[in-house]
Amino acid sequence: MRTGRRAGIALFAVGAVVAALLLAAFVSPFASSQPDGLNKVAIDKGFDHTAKHSAVADGPLAGYAVKNVDNESVSKGLSGVAGVAVTLLVAGALFGGIGFVVRRRMNAPSASRPVGAPG
Amino acid sequence: MHIPDGFIDGSTSAAAGVVAAGGVAVCLKKAADTMQEKQVAMAGLVSAFIFAVQMLNFPVASGTSGHLLGGVLAAVLVGPWVGALCVSVVLFVQALVFADGGISALGLNVVNMALVTALGGYLVFRLLRLVLSRTNGGVVVASGIAGGLSVVLASLAFTAEYAIGGTGGVSVTTVFGAMVGVHTLIGIGEGIITALTVGVVLAVRPDLVYGASDLRRELEVRPALVATSGGMR
Repeated sequence: MRTGRRAGIALFAVGAVVAALLLAAFVSPFASSQPDGLNKVAIDKGFDHTAKHSAVADGPLAGYAVKNVDNESVSKGLSGVAGVAVTLLVAGALFGGIGFVVRRRMNAPSASRPVGAPG
Repeated sequence: MHIPDGFIDGSTSAAAGVVAAGGVAVCLKKAADTMQEKQVAMAGLVSAFIFAVQMLNFPVASGTSGHLLGGVLAAVLVGPWVGALCVSVVLFVQALVFADGGISALGLNVVNMALVTALGGYLVFRLLRLVLSRTNGGVVVASGIAGGLSVVLASLAFTAEYAIGGTGGVSVTTVFGAMVGVHTLIGIGEGIITALTVGVVLAVRPDLVYGASDLRRELEVRPALVATSGGMR
């Protein structure tokens, strides 16, 4: 086990993103395509017919497939890469926004929080 | 475990939407109160990683698959409040872009797979930490067991929702037995993936594991005293 040396945060971030992209692009095509636990229960017990198509079922990435890409593996892998990118964008906006609010509050002169107090 | 539109009736789905919105609002407030600078980037990474791993359905019992939910993984890495937000982001993207999980069912799915797993699962994690050794190994084991149990908790939440507003007329006891049974198996997969991932992050950047921050605080006080035994861990 490694001791002492910590990976830099940038290196860690790149590693995490690369891992997510590799999994989404190259491993997801090999994932099981059997129904998941809930869908299997619905099929076995007979309430799967109540499912309705999603309003976005015709979207360009619906069902983890890229529209007009015929090769199933390529289609799924590409949709996964797009999904990782979209998730990073949405999460970046949300958590970046929270971080912005937090930073502004900490920089603002505050009566309730003495300077140097742990945030 | 993404619920499509239709499994649960409209009024129950809408009520779950209100509960989910309230839960997310509490998480946002708590996140804004407690979030640290380094957690901003970490939360984005956790969200993206969970999206990717959720695509990797693994086979369980005959003709059935399961995939990571990620609530406990997120909660152990960035804390329960931010963690619940990470999974909510993933569910939001999945419902709106990938048609995975219904749009009217998004509230149900956020309750089951973000709030119940991240908040409920993290509570289980903390309880396990009380009885397990105060080491990285203890954190890894607690993460795995809590991850596994969180899937069962989520399946119980679905059963409760089906009891309130389920369609298709199947008896609640039938749904209960089937859901808990299969999700116990899926929970084993969740536990393994959660434990492995937490273990890897603990090995590379232990300071980025929120659920182990109590261990770090002790270690930070000690290094000067135990400098000669630095090769121990």
